[in-house]
Amino acid sequence: MNDPAPAPPKTPCGGNCSCASAPKPDDDGSTRRAVLKGLGATLGVAAYAKALAPLTELTQQTSMDEFLQKHYKELTKEEITTVIQRLTKEAKEKYGADVTISDPKPQEGVKFGYALNLSICNGCRKCAEACHLENNHDRPSHQSYIRVFEMTKGSMDFEKGNVHYDHPVPQPDKYYMPVQCQQCEHPPCVDVCPVEATWKEKDGIVVVDYNWCIGCRYCEAACPYHARRFNWQKPQIPAAEINPDQGYLSNRIRPQGVMEKCTFCLHRTRNGRLPACLEACPTGARVFGDLNDPESEIRWVLENKRVFVLKEELGLKPQFFYFFDE
Amino acid sequence: MSDPAATAPSPSVPEWRQYLRFAWNALSQSVEGGWKFYAWMTLLTAIFLVGANAWAVQVRDGMALTAMSDHVSWGLYIANFTFLVGLAAGGVMMVIPAYLYHDDQMHDIVIIGELLAIAAIIMSIMFVVCDLGRPDRFWHMMPLLGKFNFPVSMLTWDVIVLNGYLLINVHICGYLLYNRFRARQPVAKMYVPAVLLSIVWAISIHTVTAFLYCGLGGRPFWNTALLAPRFLASAFVSGPAFIIVAIQIIRWQTGRMFGEGAIRTLVGIIRITILISLLMVVSEIFVEFYTGGSHTGAAKYLYFGLHGHHELVPWIWTSIIATIVAMVLFMQPMVNRRPVILNTACFLAFAGLWIEKGMGMIIPAFVPSTLHEIVEYRPSLTEWKITAGIWALGFMIYTLLIKITINVHSRKLKDASGARTVTPDDALAMGDGSGLV
Repeated sequence: MNDPAPAPPKTPCGGNCSCASAPKPDDDGSTRRAVLKGLGATLGVAAYAKALAPLTELTQQTSMDEFLQKHYKELTKEEITTVIQRLTKEAKEKYGADVTISDPKPQEGVKFGYALNLSICNGCRKCAEACHLENNHDRPSHQSYIRVFEMTKGSMDFEKGNVHYDHPVPQPDKYYMPVQCQQCEHPPCVDVCPVEATWKEKDGIVVVDYNWCIGCRYCEAACPYHARRFNWQKPQIPAAEINPDQGYLSNRIRPQGVMEKCTFCLHRTRNGRLPACLEACPTGARVFGDLNDPESEIRWVLENKRVFVLKEELGLKPQFFYFFDE
Repeated sequence: MSDPAATAPSPSVPEWRQYLRFAWNALSQSVEGGWKFYAWMTLLTAIFLVGANAWAVQVRDGMALTAMSDHVSWGLYIANFTFLVGLAAGGVMMVIPAYLYHDDQMHDIVIIGELLAIAAIIMSIMFVVCDLGRPDRFWHMMPLLGKFNFPVSMLTWDVIVLNGYLLINVHICGYLLYNRFRARQPVAKMYVPAVLLSIVWAISIHTVTAFLYCGLGGRPFWNTALLAPRFLASAFVSGPAFIIVAIQIIRWQTGRMFGEGAIRTLVGIIRITILISLLMVVSEIFVEFYTGGSHTGAAKYLYFGLHGHHELVPWIWTSIIATIVAMVLFMQPMVNRRPVILNTACFLAFAGLWIEKGMGMIIPAFVPSTLHEIVEYRPSLTEWKITAGIWALGFMIYTLLIKITINVHSRKLKDASGARTVTPDDALAMGDGSGLV
């Protein structure tokens, strides 16, 4: 007894019909019913296939290698080379750009810090623009890791600040406050990530593995500095505007649906160069360097200027400092 | 007590295979029904397909199809997720009276709440998946296979408690129904520990879900110790409200009268939980507005609008009025005599809390943003389609689960050979033939 029912249509159709139940051939009504059910099942399967068809277009874009790629920290040197080759090829295919992707490691004993002089920042937003270009940001949304606030003198309250100012700068009754990732010593974005797709490197830079992030945006909710950005769609950048000098953990072109953030331009800074935002600053308001080096300019600023960090009360220990001249 | 071997499939077949066969038969026969049933399921399937298609397009073209932004990075999906975790936990308000207070009438139909938990958890997990930018990387979150940031990330706790709760309830329902089908008395040690665990676990799923939000120091609107208790109180309104209506629909569909005592108990529970829930809302409002300061921005935005931005104001006042009217109705003695009043109260409470714990709880945490920028959010058509689709699927799952239960209990479920497995006499011999469980 209990042999499987005689060959019913096997495909479940989501329950709007009885495609899985056995017809009873000895009964005319039941036969008609079975035919109707078969029809319903076929229609149901067709409807499902049609509804989910856009997914198949996606699978053409995502290679099996990409799907199965391991976490950055688990990749061997050879594997990372293979991955970089694939990414270089994809940049050519999808964006028509010849790019060089490197994977610079943190320098031994170096801990990066950044300081910004609020007394001389004039709100020109050259830093935000430089970030936009350097880091291969999406062009239509004019994305940047830096937001510059025009603040009212006499208040440090962002509620009285404005990012959408559109007039000559600096205004006499205003001061200007650029905000980017503060590279916290205790980054809440790293804590909340369910898949360890973001972590703090030895030199203090918080990075994202763009090929591991699942795009849940919990980190974006956790960050108190609005430092994180999500790729709401595939970034659009004309081939001619793509910065070919790319880092695996920094400014390479990001995939759709993953998080990204400021990396202190690690593809530059780990090779002895300065962040793009600093180079672009016409006022010299920005100071970048090694916090572990007692002779560095940033150490001099921290020791001699009136320095503060944003939202110190949250206890996240930012490695990004603001200061005023005497 | 009858001899199971006399009615059950051959004893030489191992138990687990018999169980799987039971599950398969139960499922395949649950999709049999009259034209009303087919119409209902076809409607739900159609809505689900619209949602599935919208999701497929969203996965292909990106989350830009939603109205979310870097400022409001969670929206309608996470709002529904939060509410549904509460709905799943709400079922425990049947389990506690049934198992801890030995309320026999409740005990007979407690499975209605446990099945609700199953459907609601599946829905809540689907909402999270639809919120992912890269659902194809879902395996990254699986322990061992991927990287599971446990115990630091509260989201990993949520993965554990939600899936655990799902498994516990599947086990309890499956075990009880299977034994009912085999006309055997369930063995207490096989399921009672799971039931007791499910009570603690129900509290945990909603507590952990609250901790997801309230642990974030950068979002003052969420960063309150009252969040988890508030979640639980409102869950213990919305869950019982749904179940009260579900019991009546099942009664109407099966033509059997049951559960009057259970409904009264649930009304009694709601009378208290809805008051606690409202009290905590008042408490939050007092602290926000009496203290003042820039942290009040989110609450101002939610209740009155901020600097000319009012997107959430109609939502939250609809919620507050609906919840207060529901509370007043529940307090009336006639709520136990007039089904219209009762169902209106249930509907208003359910809708009111769906808003309060959904949009009213998620969105203000992002408006104003952490740097006090105001970017508003109104769900896009894609988001509404996907949301409707998941709700439709949830209703389908719940309908089928309830039908399986009815089939088993009315002894309509047949084994594959077409023979009735249990005779009415066998069931009577079990001594508890009147109820659903």
